[in-house]
Order: sequence, then C-alpha cells, then structure tokens
Amino acid sequence: MKTKANKRVIPFFGLSMGVTLSILSIIVLIPLASLVIFTAKMSWEDIFATITRSRVLASFEVSFLTAFIASAINAVMGVVLAWVLVRYDFPFKRLLDGMIELPFALPTAVAGIALTSLTTNNGLIGSFFDKFGIQIAYTRIGITVALVFIGIPFVVRSVQPVLEKLDSTYEEAAGVLGASRIKIFWKIIFPEIRPAVLTGFALAFGRCLGEYGSVVFIAGNKPYETEITPLIIMSELQEYDYSSATAIALVMLLAAFLILFFVNIVQARSTKKLKGD
Amino acid sequence: MHEDTIGSKVLKWFLIGISALFIFLMLILPLITVITESLKSGIETYWEAVSDEYTVKAVWLTIEATVFAVIINTIFGVFAAWLITKFHFKGKKLLATFIDIPVTVSPVIAGLIFVLTFGRQSFIYPYLQDMGIQVVFAVPGIVLATIFVTFPFISRELIPVLEAQGTDEEEAAALMGANGFTIFRRITFPHIKWAFLYGVVLCAARAMGEFGAVSVLSGHLRGKTNTLPLHVEILFNEFKYVPAFAVSSILVMMAIVILVIRSIVEYRGKRDA
Amino acid sequence: MRKKILSVILSAGLLTTAAVGFTGCDNSATTTGAEESTGGTSAEKVTLTNVSYDPTRELYAAYNELFAKHWKEEKGQDVEITQSHGGSGKQALEVANGLEADVVTLALEYDVKAVQDAGLIEDGWVDEFDKDSSPYTSTIVFLVRKGNPKNIKDWDDLVKDDVGIITPNPKTSGGARWNYLAAWAYADKLYNGDETKVKDFIKKLYENVLVLDSGARGATTTFVENGQGDVLIAWENEAFLSIKDYPDDYEIVTPSISILAQPSVAIVDSVVDKRGTREVATEYLSYLYSDEAQRIAGDNYYRPSNEEILKEYKDVFDLDINLVTIDDFGGWDEAQEKHFADGGIFDQIYEEK
Repeated sequence: MKTKANKRVIPFFGLSMGVTLSILSIIVLIPLASLVIFTAKMSWEDIFATITRSRVLASFEVSFLTAFIASAINAVMGVVLAWVLVRYDFPFKRLLDGMIELPFALPTAVAGIALTSLTTNNGLIGSFFDKFGIQIAYTRIGITVALVFIGIPFVVRSVQPVLEKLDSTYEEAAGVLGASRIKIFWKIIFPEIRPAVLTGFALAFGRCLGEYGSVVFIAGNKPYETEITPLIIMSELQEYDYSSATAIALVMLLAAFLILFFVNIVQARSTKKLKGD
Repeated sequence: MHEDTIGSKVLKWFLIGISALFIFLMLILPLITVITESLKSGIETYWEAVSDEYTVKAVWLTIEATVFAVIINTIFGVFAAWLITKFHFKGKKLLATFIDIPVTVSPVIAGLIFVLTFGRQSFIYPYLQDMGIQVVFAVPGIVLATIFVTFPFISRELIPVLEAQGTDEEEAAALMGANGFTIFRRITFPHIKWAFLYGVVLCAARAMGEFGAVSVLSGHLRGKTNTLPLHVEILFNEFKYVPAFAVSSILVMMAIVILVIRSIVEYRGKRDA
Repeated sequence: MRKKILSVILSAGLLTTAAVGFTGCDNSATTTGAEESTGGTSAEKVTLTNVSYDPTRELYAAYNELFAKHWKEEKGQDVEITQSHGGSGKQALEVANGLEADVVTLALEYDVKAVQDAGLIEDGWVDEFDKDSSPYTSTIVFLVRKGNPKNIKDWDDLVKDDVGIITPNPKTSGGARWNYLAAWAYADKLYNGDETKVKDFIKKLYENVLVLDSGARGATTTFVENGQGDVLIAWENEAFLSIKDYPDDYEIVTPSISILAQPSVAIVDSVVDKRGTREVATEYLSYLYSDEAQRIAGDNYYRPSNEEILKEYKDVFDLDINLVTIDDFGGWDEAQEKHFADGGIFDQIYEEK
C-alpha cells in the first residue's frame, strides 16, 4: 500500500479506507466471522456428516434447481423486457418500467401470501391450471413462481443500460447487408449484452437461493420434495441444533461468495474489453 | 426503428405483448389481489385494521429502521465507492466482493449471524448486558439486520458512475490545490447525484420490505419489535386475513410511492445527463 | 503523515456520530427497560412479556385483560402485557438466545426444558404450579370438510390411499409432535406394540401428507383458507376455532385414541430477577388457575385443568375420549430422542423411500 502512496494525489484515501473498513467490519465481517468461528467448533467429519444428510442434500437440490430455473426464466424475460423498454415506444411504457423494481419494494411475505392465494387450485390462476391437472402452489412449480417474482429486477436492470449505450450502426449495416433479424441478435447484439446478462443472472440466482419469506408460504415444505435449504436452517434452529444450522449456512454462504466472485470476474473482464477497444 | 416492415411490427408487438403479460401476471395481479382482499369486508374494517394501535407502532418502527439503514448505508456507500474507484490498492477485488455479499446471503443466515454475534452464546453478550444494551430481539437488532440486507445498495449505484468518470478531473483539481471536500462537492457530487438518489430509493424500498432477517431477530413482541411485514404475518396467523391484507396494502402503497419517486429520479437523471 | 493522522481522526469522529445514532435507538429500548425495572413500586405501571406458542393468541388476548383488572384491584397498579407468538420450539429458542420473557407459556414441557437448559429457568419449575404447571390441556382431533366426504372416523382412515392430510412438521412445531405421538399411540395399540408395523403405519400416514407446514397455524391456514387436503390433524382448540369461524364448512371428528396435550407455563427466573417482576409474574401464572381464568380457557376451547369447571363444558368437549399421556412414551426426553431427533424415526420414515 505504501509504495504507491506518492502517486495518490486525490485526497481522503485514509479516511475512506477507515470508514469503509470499520462499517464493513461491524455490519458484515464480524457477524460472518462469528458464523465461521461457531462452525469451527465442529470437527470436519461432523460438518461433512451434517451437510451430506440425505434430507439436506435433497434441499440443496430443490433450492439450486428452482433457483436456477427461475433465474433462467428471468434471464430470457429480462432481456426481452429490457429490449422492449429500450427499443420500443408504446402506451404505458413508463408504468411498465416503473413496475420492475416492485419485487424490491414489496415485502417478500406479502408477495408470498398473494402469490399463494392466486395459485392454489381455487385461486384465480391456480383454478385455470387445475383444469389441466397442473398444481402450482405447494409444488416446485410454486417455488419457481415465487423465485421468478423475486428475481425479475436483476437481469432487466443490468441489461438495460448496456442496450441503451449500444451503437445501432452495426445492426443497421448488417440489416442493410441482408442479415436476418435472428442473426443480427445473436451475432451483434448478444455478445455485447452477454456480460450484463450473466451478471444479472448470477445476482438473481444468488438472491433466489437464499429467499425465504415468500417461499415458505407457497412451498408446502415437504421434506425431499419442496423443502428449501433456508427452511432446513430454520428448522435446525428450532431444534436448538445450532451447529447443524451454522454448518449448512456456511455452505450457502460459500455458494453466495462464489457467485459474487464470478460476477466480479465477469464485470472486470467486460470493462477490460471496453477499455481495450 | 429504422425499418418499419410488417415483420418488425409484428415482432415489436409480440415482444411488447409478452412483456406486458409477464409483468401483469407476475407483478400487477398479486398487487390487485392484495388490494381487493383488503377491501373485501368494506372500507370500515379496512380503516379499523390500518389505524389499529399495533399497526401504527409497526409503521413507525419500519420507518425508523429504514431511516437508519439509509443513513448508515449512505455514509458507507459514498466512502466505499470513493475508495474503490479513485485508488488502487491490494485486495480491492476482495473488498468489493465482501461489500456485495449481503445481497446474496440468505436473509435467514443474515438473522442467524447477528444472533450468534450479539445473542446469549456470544462472548460479548455479558458486556452488552452490563451496559444495559439489548441488541437481539430488540430494536437495535432489527436496525442492524435492515442495514445488512441493504448494505451494498448505494455503493453499487455509485461505483459504475464514478468508474466511468475516471480520476482525471479530481487529480487535476487536487494538483491545483483544491481541498478534498471542495473536490468532492464541486466535481464528484454533480456526477453521482442521480445515481446516489437512485441508490437511496432502492435502499429505502428494500429496507421497508425486509422480512426473513428481521423475523429471525425480532422476537415478535407485539407493539415493540414488530415491523410492518412481521405484523402482516402475525395477523395472517391470527386468521385475520382481511386485516392482514389491509396492512399489506399499506406496504403496497409505500412501495408504489417509492417506485414513483424512483421513476422521477431516473427520468430527471437521464434528462440531466 | 499529518494528513493521514487527520483523516484517521476524522473517520473516528464520523464513526462516533454513527455510533451515537445507534445508541440513540438503543436508548429508546433501554429506557423502556428502566421503566419496567422500577415496576416493583406499586404506583407505576409494570410490564410483563409473555412468550407463548401459536394457537394461544385468542386465549391470552382475553386473559391479559382479565389479569390486568385483577392486578389493578389487588395492588392498584396498572400492568401491561406484551405478547409474542410463534412456533413453540422457535419461541423457546429465542428466549434461550436472549429474548427477554418474564414468563413462557409453551406447547410442551420439552420446549420449556430447553429454556431451562440454557440456564434461564431453575430446576423444579414443573412443580411450581398445580397440575405439573399445565393450567389447561388440550388434545388432538381431526377437522374434516362438511359431511365428511371421505368418511374419516379414526386414525386408520388416514392411511387410505385417497386421503390427503394436512399436519405441521414435527421437527419445527410443538403441536405436530403431539399429532405424531397420538397417531403412534393408536398404531401401537392396534398392532400390540409391534414396532415395525407401527412404523409402517406412521410412514403410510405421512406419505398421505400433502403440505407439511412449519407451524400449527400455517397448517390450519393451508387447510381452511387455501382448501388443501381432506383432513387436518389439529389441536382441539384450533379445530373448534375454525368451526366457530366457518360453522357450515367443517366438522370435528374425535378419534378413538388421542393424547393428553399438556402445554406448560413457567417463570423465567433470571429475567424476573433482573427486572424485579417476580411477584407479578408469579401472580400472572397462578391466576391462570382461578375460576374466571379457567372459564376463559374453556371459552377458548382449551380444557380447563380444574375438574369442576371442565364439567361445565361437557357439551363442548368429548370427555370420554381415551387419552394417553407423554409418560406412556417415557417422558419428553425419551420421546424426542427416539422420534424427532436427527436420524430419529421421523427422519427414517422419510428416508426409506
């Protein structure tokens, strides 16, 4: 750190480092560390035995699978939404745009209750699907629906600014040269927005993985079928089994950390590419 | 668009249709459900539910937690964004990852870590007791959890803007002898004004609605540590469905207000740019 | 160098401001604490915190009013009671983790014992109040849809193929443990204690479970509001409450064997000693045994522990039901270890798929 100090002409390095690290420590690092310390009281075998219990593994499967599908749906719909919002003009566009952040602002519990009452087989949407023998609430489909709700803003909001800045000359040139619309999208537009889509996808995935509030209402919470990992952690806590809870929590934490690291790498690579151009 | 062939028009309205349908089913329909359910037994029952003593207390606690979260995260966000975009140092990427981690940490785990840190099995618990400070299952715990879940919201908005702006202007000003505060106020702040406001709005929105983490830390003491989302859950569990939806509708309205402010901020920000 | 020191000082200053902000809100919490601890002098208002489980919401809402009146008459002092409700196990855990409860009124002895194990309640609390510190009892019954379309009469009807059951998760819900044990008691008698057959029965029963909610209230909501399943295995008081709200939609079926559910109450010694509220907390719990309070319990569909008053409600409750008790399972420690602990029978029936 000291070697470069002479190059620093911009003020407040020490101050901003101090404030950043202090607040970060109090709010994030120390609490996270206490989780690690607590788990460290267990032996490796115990930790391993806890996280490989078949019910826990099943919950990982439910959580990762539904989070992945929901984020994939959001990745596709996010690109469509961002495209529509950036490229087209139509009535109520501002309203549509304004709604995107709703999942941030609406408490997850309220969302969960509302979605459940809509999708049970006597609810408005649920009764429609019930005719085809499809159950939404209390199945993995229900969980996925709740997670799609939670993850909507992430992809839209990370793709939108990139699309806005995208120069349309290439597209026009390609169009003039007779390239098909699909080809233009895949060859010209998609490579540009790919880092943004990946970032949004990963953030949505991370958020969905940990989601609890909305899912408990809609999930049915049956072991091996619709029991998500955060619920397992909750139920371990309720059995006074702190060590198991923290061990499973640590796995989730590790997943969260890896996802973010991936996001940062994607972002770093895309800025590098931009600068290289 | 540049070519208005029939094909592109069909595509356009097809895509708009899909988007509108998606947003309607996923976002607007749940909102309508909340509103219609809350008015099911008439306006009087509705009013009774929203003006209930415990509801009002929950509103204030929610506002308190939100204000604290915005203040702390603003202080943190500005300094962290400044640090990350204006300087080079070792471990920067790691630091950035740590700042972002609260977004992807499960709210349940967020609650759990504060219980472990400040609860009875923590080694600092006796000291806190001696000082008469109750953190978990009391208001400070709720505030801490709210700060945690909204932690990176402001810095995340600021970092890309500051990054794009580069450091040349600040360096020039510093070399010409401007003091730090002047540089920030005159050069940096105008660039980040709208991004900053946008972050504050998002932070407030998320803070109001947090459920999981707060639920773990609250203890559900009626009238004392109940935020609005928890109050909704309590009413729901008391079979008071209509009041539960009525209280939810307060949150829906707060959310809509926030979204309107957000749209205005974004619109003005784009116009200024 | 000087600049560096300056900035460190500045950042420290900023943090202090933030910290002051924090203590600002700490104060609001601690001042109420200070008010509370002066509760010993009779002129000022005293506050109590009662941490209870899910289905007692209505009961304590009514009882708290009665007790406030009683205490005012006795001591001339106002008392304000803060309630907290949730899954019994979760509530016990939160008290053990520092949730300041003067009294706990939980779904089962085992959960109170967890608070005791945390060192907050002194040994011997079970004998502190009458009837093993259970001022009211309940049992487990079935709630079915009107007309009983699946003709559910007893536990063995629940293992039929086309029956959908709603019950909460025994791992997280105290009430659900009573449900599970009641079913076990029936099967145990049916198969004369042949444990493999009993296990099969329980396994079949849980295979019919459609939604395994985390708490008793959640299960009732799933059955009543969201219309899932044919039968809800529920607390008797929960079942009666649903009947009261929807008299035309549901019926109660009492099985041939059920379990005597004894919710436990206790004073949290370390909290009342710290806050100086032992006197009012003790009175709060012992007044639960008064005739008026027993009738409130009866009105809220709990079985009063006072035999005389229980008889007043003989039209409401099926008093002839054959009830086993937790002692038939060797007490809570043994039942917990055998059935609900990790790797216990409940885990096994889900794993052997």
